[in-house]
Order: sequence, then structure tokens, then C-alpha cells
Amino acid sequence: MRGRREAGVPAPLLVPALLAVAFLVLPLLGLLVRAPWSELWPQLSSPAVGQALRLSLVSATAATLVSVVLGVPLAWVLARSRIRGRSVLRALVTVPLVLPPVVGGVALFLVLGRQGLVGAWLDEAFGLTIPFTTTAVVIAETFVAMPFLVISVEGALRAADARFEDAAATLGADRWTTFRRVTLPLVAPGVAAGAVLCWARALGEFGATITFAGNFPGTTQTMPLAVYLALQRDPQAAVVLSLVLLAVSLATLLLLRDRWLSRAGAAA
Amino acid sequence: MGGRWAAGLVAVALGVAGCGGDDGAAAPGGATSSAPDDGPSGTLTVFAAASLTDVFTDLGGRLEGQHPGLDVQFNFAGSSALATQVVQGAPADVFASAAEPQMATVTDAGLAAGEPAVVAANVLQIAVPAGNPAGVTGLADFAREELALAVCAPEVPCGAASEEVFAAAGVAAVPDTQEEDVRAALTKVELGEVDAALVYTTDVASAGDAVEGLDFPESAEAVNAYPIATLTGAPNPDAAAAFVELVLSEEGRAALSGAGFRVP
Amino acid sequence: MSLAASVAVARGPMTVGLDVAVADGEVLAVLGPNGAGKSTLLRVLAGLLRPDDGRVVVGTDVWVDVAAGVHLPAHERRLGMVFQDHLLFPHLSVTDNVAFGLRTRGVRRGPARAAAREWLARVGVADLADRRPGQLSGGQAQRAALARALVGDPALLLLDEPLSALDARTRLTVRAELRRHLADYGGSTVLVTHDPVDAMALADRVVVVEEGRVVQAGTPADVSRHPRTDYVARLVGLALLPGTGEGGTVRLEGGGRVAVAEQTAGPVFVAVRPESVALYPSRPDGSPRNVWPARLVAATPHGSTVRCELAGEVPLIADVTATAFAELGLAPGTPVWASVKASEVAVYDR
Repeated sequence: MRGRREAGVPAPLLVPALLAVAFLVLPLLGLLVRAPWSELWPQLSSPAVGQALRLSLVSATAATLVSVVLGVPLAWVLARSRIRGRSVLRALVTVPLVLPPVVGGVALFLVLGRQGLVGAWLDEAFGLTIPFTTTAVVIAETFVAMPFLVISVEGALRAADARFEDAAATLGADRWTTFRRVTLPLVAPGVAAGAVLCWARALGEFGATITFAGNFPGTTQTMPLAVYLALQRDPQAAVVLSLVLLAVSLATLLLLRDRWLSRAGAAA
Repeated sequence: MGGRWAAGLVAVALGVAGCGGDDGAAAPGGATSSAPDDGPSGTLTVFAAASLTDVFTDLGGRLEGQHPGLDVQFNFAGSSALATQVVQGAPADVFASAAEPQMATVTDAGLAAGEPAVVAANVLQIAVPAGNPAGVTGLADFAREELALAVCAPEVPCGAASEEVFAAAGVAAVPDTQEEDVRAALTKVELGEVDAALVYTTDVASAGDAVEGLDFPESAEAVNAYPIATLTGAPNPDAAAAFVELVLSEEGRAALSGAGFRVP
Repeated sequence: MSLAASVAVARGPMTVGLDVAVADGEVLAVLGPNGAGKSTLLRVLAGLLRPDDGRVVVGTDVWVDVAAGVHLPAHERRLGMVFQDHLLFPHLSVTDNVAFGLRTRGVRRGPARAAAREWLARVGVADLADRRPGQLSGGQAQRAALARALVGDPALLLLDEPLSALDARTRLTVRAELRRHLADYGGSTVLVTHDPVDAMALADRVVVVEEGRVVQAGTPADVSRHPRTDYVARLVGLALLPGTGEGGTVRLEGGGRVAVAEQTAGPVFVAVRPESVALYPSRPDGSPRNVWPARLVAATPHGSTVRCELAGEVPLIADVTATAFAELGLAPGTPVWASVKASEVAVYDR
């Protein structure tokens, strides 16, 4: 009778939820407990780690930008257009989600490699070779991460009220103007959530990157690759590197979230 | 990743065999075994470096043929990953490493039964795509900027060996990529994405027609030894001993040599 | 700018086929039940739906001519539309919502905003110009939506159930304001509604649409006094009885006779207003000519009275005061006598 909303969590939900938390957090805790903290600073200040970290952040951000620029229009096509074969298209687009990333890397070779369908032509016509470059890292990360953005934005578009687009049309807005000035702002939270997912996936990308872009410090060795190789020689160092990656990504996400939330708050 | 899955599967297989009961699968010592030849029986689990895949699968089959009650299971993966799994308590009987440091990880942990024996050695070879389109002739070509070149990352054994031969030859290598393992380097040669890669002789031998191998004199500077050991926690030590014996026998040496290994 | 439209749209098993014409400055109400095809018509006029056949001409501009392959897209039509739930863009301020149509048509930001503020003042929400739509009440939002529709001086104004999302009190005020703005507006207006009060209060002419067809057209007064279908009759609260005129009486199709005050012949409708029906517990004395036995089917509160639905030879609706309702001891199934004066009965040709 206090007028307070009942906040209790029913046991059938609470128990699995706690198990889920334990399942997700305990491995993390394991990393924290076993981390050789004395090695943290030397690792952090080593130029090799800095290089890998910088490359990771830059390439994941670039991959996210590419994904937004290409993925949002694709999501619109999937959600709004009436083109035939749309469900097939959607299935194809989500293939990178289920494809083992290493296979994705090989597939990228077959298209963009020196001998690849497009790559051979690029090499011949412009002398451009993509594999083993930072561009290749961005491409591999985009390939693996873009579906996360597309699916997230498509969901947001489907949930958004399409009648706002009708209203815009009656106000003289053609479809492109409607998309820019009405649809996009309406699904902005979905785009933001998709971009964050996409960025996180790109940051952790390993298989497609090491296959298609190879591994070379400074140009293609991102943090996950550095972690994996450190594991070969010095598992302790690998733990420290993982923590660095973890801390940086968490900090970035929290920062973005704060900024984004506060802006959304001001808007409401 | 694959290694861990495989280890999990092996663990499951062991569990099933153990529950199976009366054939003494998991009985240590095998003294109570009812097999007619009184030889090793049950399940034998061998953790071996990926480069040993073909030879060891073949030898395992032969051993199974000699002992009908025996089932040999393999977990092939990178030596480092395997060493980590063994130290973390994976139920293995035999560990065969592609390099000595990884074996040292296991012996330092007191998990090797006795002194590891060297079964084979491997040397580096230059792998080029069939037809050698870039006209690679020797180690010095690894200093050519215009070529696409792969070596193993210095963290893994073949990468360490590569650094040694480059140092011995005085070549300032300019690789485009440092691959996480020798197979990945070989794949890039097979796909024609690099003009040359530095890999092991045995890898070239296993790659078939898509890859050609070029010997070079400096390879003698980095001979990679393959140690093998039975493990103290072996669930099936009799079978483990039988397998190691087979590998070290004339028969085993012939098989290894056929796969491109140097045999001591 | 006058509107002349003739559209056909296949919608599942039903075909919507509607012809409407609206003069300059005229307000046409399209009245009908849900699913009758009202909104389909509106969407065709707005350019949001391609008709299967027909023409839409506004002034001298052909917006749609299916036979000639003409279909002007929505954004190229000079129109304003107000939706049931306002559909103000939630991410834009009220001012920017109203300025939106001017901006898309090439007006610069400054003048567009100035015009928007002027219109917001006209509809009485100038003080809310900087708010977001989410911070507005339903009535305020609908006023802003009206400003957004009118600011571009459209040739055609489309109102899609503009008041039905508002609560009763707000609806009353906004309806009165809307009436004023429509009077000032020089173009053609099409108002879609299922509320007869909206149609009566706002429209110069009404068309009643049922199952994709126009079933009745006329002035609001005409339609409300002389309904031609049960739907309209129920909407305006009349009992509608088809029959045949035989001099001073009408023989009803359902059986029974009704005395009327004028001479009639041939097929006619008889319409009886609920407040003119009196109920008695037993057959009333005297000699009223229209007295029928009936049974109470349902009773619902209706303002200060109780609306009683009666079944019997002559089905009627009667409004009685709550006191009378109690005194008569009425309950569903109760037998009563119903009486109505001949002079209170409307009769008109079918």
C-alpha cells in the first residue's frame, strides 16, 4: 500500500538470470584474478602494444563507419522496399554471422586477393593489392561486423512507424529527403546500438583478419592477433593484453553511452 | 579453438569408454585386461603437433591393427596450445611437440614420464606457388620489397626458426605478414596470395602440387627437433609406451622420413 | 481549387469505388464505418496509394489519370494532411515540424520558421513553439498538426479522423477551432470521420460510404434528418423504418402501420427520433394512432436519459428520463407499450 511498484524478480527468472551473470562474468573475473598486475605497466607502455591498440581502434572505427554508410541503406532496402527475393537477400546478408571467420577470410581472398575475381583486376588495372594491408583489416572487420549493424537497423526500421514517412510525403518530401530528415532520426537509437555492436565485433575480430590481412606489427596486427600470438609464447602477457583490450573497449562504450544517453535525455 | 573442441571430444570419448566398463578401457596398467594378446587395449589419447597429422594417423592405424582392443584418438593442434592443454589437465597419454620449448613447458610441470625422446627433425624450405611465378631462387629474395612474402610469427616455432636462418644468412627480410602458424602461411602460398613463404619441408611435402619447395643452405642453421614423451597422468600408460615405441622403431622412422622429416 | 475525383481500388474481395467533387472553400465530410473505404479514398487523394482506376483532378491539375498513366507522387502534390494521431515528427521541435513542408519546398530556414510561428499563433499554440511533440497534450499536438498542414497554402486539405484521438472535452474545443480555420481556408477540404457530430459541425456536404460505395449524399441537415441506411440512422440516433406510403399511413416492410402527418405514396422511409417515443407500462388511454406493444432489448445511459432499444413488430429507439426508467421498472425483456405522435414521424421517399 506504499504506492511503490512491485520490484521483486520472480524466482524462475532470477535463478537463470544469476546463472547467466555468473557464466558471463566469471571468466572475466578469472582474467582479473590471474592477471600478472606487475606486468601491466611495462606491457601498456611497450610501443608494440600501443601500436596494436591504436591499429585496433582505428580499424574497428573505420569498419564501423563503412558499415554505417553501406549497412543503413541496405537495412532500409530490407525493411522498406518491395524488391523481389528480399528474404533471400536477408539470408545472404546474415551469412557472415554463421560463417567461421577464417572461412570468411579465405572467401575475401577469392574475391579481393591477388588472384581473386575483383582483386586480379584491381592489381592489373591500378596496381592495387589489398591483402596484408590495413585496408584489408578494415575490409575483413567490415565483412564480419556489418551484419550486426544491418540486423539491428532493420529491426529499428520495422519497429518505426512508417506513417511518419507518409506524413513527410504529404509535406513535399521526396523519399530521399524523407529518409534523411525523418526516417534516419527516428531510427537513430537503433543505428547507434547497431554501430556499437558492430564496433565491438570489429574490435574483437580475429579469424577473418588474420587470414585475409595477415599479421604484421603496425600494419595489420590488431590487438586480438597480438593476444593470440602472445599466448603462443607467454600466456601471462596474453592475459595482460586481453585486459588492456577489454578496458579500452569498455571505457569507449561507457563513454559513448554516457554522451549518447545525455543527448537523448536532453531531447526528451 | 579447434584444439580445445577436440580435447573436449576426447574427454567425452574417454568418459564413454570408461562407463563402457568390462573391457578395462580406463584401467591403469592394463594388467587386468582380458585381451588375448595381453597387449595394450582401451583408448589411447595422443596430443601431437599439427605437422605430424598424416604420419601419426597412419602409425596409429597400424598400432590399432596390431592390437584389436585398442582405440587410438588424436588431438592435433599447435604445440603451444597442446602444451597448455596438457598443463591444464587434459587427459592425454602421449605428447609430441614440434619444438623443444613447448615440451619443456610440460616437463617443467613434471608431467612427462621420463626424458622426452627426439623422434624427428624438420628444416625450413621456401614454399612458392606452382611454377614459381615470381622467380624466387633463395633466401635473399625475402629482402625484395616488391614481392608478397609470408613468414611465421616470431612467437611460434617456425617463426623463431625463420629469424635464425635470416640472421645466419644476413638477410634483412621484409615479410608482408607474420602468420600465426605454418599452415596459415602455406595456405597463402596455395591461394597464390604470396610469392613465397618460409615453412617446413614437411608442410611442402603435404601440400601437393599447388606448392613447390626450394631448399636453401642456411636451413641447416635451424633444425627443429620433435620431442615425444608419455605423460605421468596417462590414463593408459601401456598403450602410450607401445605408441612411442612404434614411432621410434624402424617402421616409424621410415614413415616419418617418407613425410619429409629428417630422422635421427 | 476544386477537387474532382473518381477512384477505384480493389481491396481484397471488396472494390472501393468512390466519386467525390468538392468546390473551392467547401468542406466535404466522408462518413462511414471502419473499413468502408474512407481512408483508402484519402490515401489515393494524398498520393500514398495508387488506385487501380480513376482520375483525380485539382483545379486544372491532373494528379491521377490511370488511363493516361499519370500519377503525381505525393510530395509533388500541393496538399496538407492531418492525421488521427497527429504524426508530428518526434525528433523535431513544434516549429520545425510546421516549417518542414516549407523547407522541403525550398523556403529558407528563416522565413520558413517565421511562417511556422505565425501559423502556430493562429492555431493558439505559439507558446509551445520550442517544445517537442512528446511534451504536448493531444489537443495541442492536433492544433500544431493543423498548422503544419495549412502553412504551405495547399490546394487540397485532407483531414483523417482529426478529432477521434482526443478526449470528449478537448474534442469540443478543437472542433470549434477547426470549424473557424476551415471557414478561413480557400481550398477544398475532405474530412474523413466516423463521428456524425464532426460531419454535422464541420462539413458543408456529407457523403456516406458503406462497403466501398457512396450510399447517401447531401447536406448534413438533410442526411441527419433523412437517413437512408440503418448505419446512418443509428449514427444520428433515429429508428429507420422502410415501408410503402398509403395516404395518411405507411405500411412497414417489417409489418405494422405508422400514421404520418402528410399524404404519401410509394416506397418511403419513416424515421422516428428517440425523444419522441413515449413508453407506458400498459396500453395508454385515449386514442393515439401510433401505439405498439414492444419488449425492451437493451438500455444504455445516454446523456441525462436512458436510451432504450425496443423489439417488436415496429422496432424503435426510445429515450426516457432516468426517473421514468426507474418508475416503469424496466429491465431487459420487460413488455412495454410504445407510442409516438403522427406529427413527430418523418416520412420521405426512398
